[in-house]
Amino acid sequence: MKNKDTLRKVLRRVKRYMPLIVLSTLLAALSVAGTLSIPIIIGNAIDFLVMPNGSSGLRWSDIIGCLLTAGIIAGITAFLQWLMNVINNRIAFNVVRDLRGDAFEHIERLPFSYLDSASTGDIVSRIISDADQFADGLLLGFSQLFTGAVTILGTLMFMLTLDPLITLAVVLLTPISLFAAKRIAGGTYSMFKKRSETLGEQTAFIDEIIGNQKTVKAFCREDESTVKFEEINRRLEKYSLKATFWSSLTNPVTRFVNALVYAAVGVFGAISAIGGGITVGALSCFLSYANQYTKPFNEISGLITELQSALAAAARIFELIEAQPELPDQTDAAVLEDAQGEVSLRNVDFSYTPERELIKNFNLNVRPGQRIAIVGPTGCGKTTVINLLMRFYDVYSGSIEVDGNDIRGVTRDSLRRSYGMVLQDTWLRHGTVRENISMNRPGITDEDVINAAKAAHAHSFIKRLPDGYDTVISGDGGGISQGQKQLICIARVMAQLPPMLILDEATSSIDSRTEMRIQRAFGKMMKGRTSFIVAHRLSTIRDADIIIVMNDGHIIETGNHDELIAAGGFYYKLYNSSFESA
Amino acid sequence: MKKLLGFLTKGYLKETILSPLFKCIEAVLELFVPLVVAYMIDDGIRYGDKETVVRSCVLLVCLGLAGLAFSITAQYFAAKAATGFARTVGNALFTHIQKLSYTDLDEMGTSTLMTRMTGDLTQVQTGVNMTLRLLLRSPFIVFGAMIMAFTIDVQSALIFVLTIPVLSVVVFGILLAGMKLYGKVRAGLDKLLHRTRENLNGARVMRAFRMEEREISAFRADNEALTHDQLVSGRISALMNPLTFVLINLAVVILIYQGALRVEEGVLTQGAVIALYNYMSQILVELIKLANLIITITKAAACGKRIQAVLDGGEGMKEGTRTEGEPGAQYAVEFRHADLRYKNASENSLTNIDFTAKPGEVIGVIGGTGSGKTSLVGLIPRFYDVTGGAVLVNGTDVREYTTEALRSKIGVVPQRAVLFSGTVRDNMKWRDENASDEEIMRALDIAQARDIIEKKENGLDAQVGQGGKNFSGGQRQRLTIARALVGSPEIVILDDSASALDFATDAALRKALRTLGNTTVFIVSQRTSSIMHADKIIVLDDGHPAGIGTHSELLETCSVYREIYDSQFRKEGKAV
Repeated sequence: MKNKDTLRKVLRRVKRYMPLIVLSTLLAALSVAGTLSIPIIIGNAIDFLVMPNGSSGLRWSDIIGCLLTAGIIAGITAFLQWLMNVINNRIAFNVVRDLRGDAFEHIERLPFSYLDSASTGDIVSRIISDADQFADGLLLGFSQLFTGAVTILGTLMFMLTLDPLITLAVVLLTPISLFAAKRIAGGTYSMFKKRSETLGEQTAFIDEIIGNQKTVKAFCREDESTVKFEEINRRLEKYSLKATFWSSLTNPVTRFVNALVYAAVGVFGAISAIGGGITVGALSCFLSYANQYTKPFNEISGLITELQSALAAAARIFELIEAQPELPDQTDAAVLEDAQGEVSLRNVDFSYTPERELIKNFNLNVRPGQRIAIVGPTGCGKTTVINLLMRFYDVYSGSIEVDGNDIRGVTRDSLRRSYGMVLQDTWLRHGTVRENISMNRPGITDEDVINAAKAAHAHSFIKRLPDGYDTVISGDGGGISQGQKQLICIARVMAQLPPMLILDEATSSIDSRTEMRIQRAFGKMMKGRTSFIVAHRLSTIRDADIIIVMNDGHIIETGNHDELIAAGGFYYKLYNSSFESA
Repeated sequence: MKKLLGFLTKGYLKETILSPLFKCIEAVLELFVPLVVAYMIDDGIRYGDKETVVRSCVLLVCLGLAGLAFSITAQYFAAKAATGFARTVGNALFTHIQKLSYTDLDEMGTSTLMTRMTGDLTQVQTGVNMTLRLLLRSPFIVFGAMIMAFTIDVQSALIFVLTIPVLSVVVFGILLAGMKLYGKVRAGLDKLLHRTRENLNGARVMRAFRMEEREISAFRADNEALTHDQLVSGRISALMNPLTFVLINLAVVILIYQGALRVEEGVLTQGAVIALYNYMSQILVELIKLANLIITITKAAACGKRIQAVLDGGEGMKEGTRTEGEPGAQYAVEFRHADLRYKNASENSLTNIDFTAKPGEVIGVIGGTGSGKTSLVGLIPRFYDVTGGAVLVNGTDVREYTTEALRSKIGVVPQRAVLFSGTVRDNMKWRDENASDEEIMRALDIAQARDIIEKKENGLDAQVGQGGKNFSGGQRQRLTIARALVGSPEIVILDDSASALDFATDAALRKALRTLGNTTVFIVSQRTSSIMHADKIIVLDDGHPAGIGTHSELLETCSVYREIYDSQFRKEGKAV
């Protein structure tokens, strides 16, 4: 059912290229006809290779005529084949290009509730490998499924016109080959499954041990690991041997069945030739057909599994494309400009899942320029507040207002433009340092970039990098320490100078001396700007105008330092514990 | 490469020889088929001899049957040799990697090693299997067909001599060009992959910076370029079938024309011409197979070379022979003007580190990122060797111990908290296989991790997923601390291991570590609060000791320390 549904969607996308498809089909039919007619013509030529009775020479004009025709047809057929291949490529690659583009565009519109729960690897594999698999399947479908079917039909027709009896023999024998191939494939499947399970187990083990080799060595666990590896490896060998051997049977067995077909055609053909039924040329033609006829059968059985997995791949991409996107901006959404930084949360209710209530009836008024610290133990849900302010998630009920505008009534673009965000997870994109700092500020001058870096105390280390500001930062940040990455993230915000800030303080990745400088830079930047800080430093917390204390995802206390200390609650305990002497 | 192939010839010599041999026999049998058909036509049909016809067909079936038997045996031997080879090489590789030193691991990179063990090894296995099966068979059929043609008629066979090289050039040329272009396609695909992953991993930053539209158009542009490359590469590959088709048919046309001439001369019969025709058809399939095989072999050989490089690489570490230190040594750990320069580095990571630690002392190590804290503590279990000076444990140079003896004295908690799949108990027994549950629970108590286990249904038997992903960062950290404490190590090293713990837990942990008695504890941290109560604090600045002493001493004398302290305790004055 699901397959049918996917197929319909595939067809809808393929339809765009209808003229090409029609052309491809036509070319396929023509080239198959050409391919099949050549053995007949050659057969005719061979028939002339007998000295006519009472003549001293062969009938050269006929022979040359046949050969010339064969040569010309071969040339034309080859050209048509090539054209067909090129057109098929065009259809398949274009369909996949469209699909991939749409899928990526959709990712950019997916809500965080989707992105946070899906695995990155899974989405990436849908866009990359699944799309690739689908392209392969589509290409094979066009180039082989159709030509294969036409070849079988055409061969049958040609054979029937030559000799129905021999044709019958061929038709009756071919199922053996199919049957054998299917049996082997069936047996192989279960063995391959065992093999890939064991291979998966081995890969996981390698990932774990060699990926953490230093830890393994620190604990002197080398021998234990080797013993375990050899045990898995022995099992893998056993299954590999079975799987490899069984799968390698397909070729010899089908070759043998083909030999049977060949022999049968030989017997029937020769006897018929003796009786004057067919000529020797026709027999040779039959023999070459017998080879050609069985080939598409073997191919098609493999093709069907290929097509099935291509369809499954397509279904996975469609699933991604059809996932609910985030609510688009309202049509009359206002553009938030030069925000003053007045933020108020009114009766906000929010939870990630309906079963687990998180924030209930939360109210907060932030005046322009105030500093709000969010504190609490690790994993208490401090980022939830960031998610709501940035509108990564929408509140469930109540509202968040910036300068008196409900943030659902302004464009996401202008809302997010009003905030500068530095997250603890120091994420940089692959590119040069300059590109990272000038993110989405196309007109930015080199001087601006350097000033931003200076403000973030990043300039001195960037200068010392091998290519300075043109040093390429690779995905895993190779060559740049965690702390330095954080500095670049800060410079990135410094370059934008937004009216409001969201800062997630680093816990441990920046050394204290650098951090002190950053704090100073932050302080300078925060002056006059409303700032929300996920705080880990006591100094930050004490200076804050409002402290939001969170635990287990809930906001449990709010107030300033003195108020909260006086209240003697959770904050009081948290604060004092940090000074407890050992 | 030679050494790698040694694994094959040593363990699987019989299979390695017999498999290609049997394949060749099968090929010979296949080459007889056109001859039998020619015999059937010339001796059977021409004279109307049905018996000859039937006899030759029975012969055809027999040839097929014998071919099947030989081929299956050959496939079995090939599979056996290939999988056995892969297992032997895999074991050798794994054992070798276990022997590598930290320096070797840094140089080779663990991700490289993992690829060698998985992807490369599989490629090599496939390569060996296909080589044994096809490397001899395909050329055998191609050249066999040509030789057979010579036995029929020398002049006609010359057409084969011409056709084979032309076809080879076309087939290999297209495959090579295709491969080259395919590399470009691959690179384009990687670009898309990269961008997609980036947009997912950095979704928050991307959207905060409102990059969506730019990213979409950048993706579309890359996607378009990829499609273009795919079409170009596809156009070349699309030549393969039509070109070979036209070439082989031209060859057939010429062959039949030549055959006709010879028939007229009375040299050849009609059946012989058909036999030549059949041989010609056999060539093409095998040539394409051969070309594909050669690509597989090239790939496998490249992988093999990489595996060989790993097997040849790495210097390991020369072990000493002692298992115990000097009896009654005054210091548990002693650094004597120790320098460390990593291999291929241009500067020292540690310079002139000189201090002592008595049994039972707590030593704090503090300093900025990259100041050499981890390097310093790594010298104690001899993860790296000093390049100057010496490091002593219990009065004996660490280089004089056997690695096992030295490391079993030390419990290390690495920066990255990794657990291994299995049960919590399995993980806790890493230092001591025979640790009792009480011992483990004691370690968990000190590490403030008892509550983690008590919350779990199965207690110590709770399953740990790969990498310990089913535990939070803080839980993992506490469990790795416990792991290092099991088996009463003489020295415990916590390398910034409390970063994910909140202040209260961190404080409780430090208090508990004080109860360990004679165990010397090294605490590496960025937080002054974590080390300020230590008996001795080593302040590192760019690999140099900036100050060594107690908290109050350092506050007086060490400006680097004071600066760090002030940044964290500003306005608090002396917090204690």
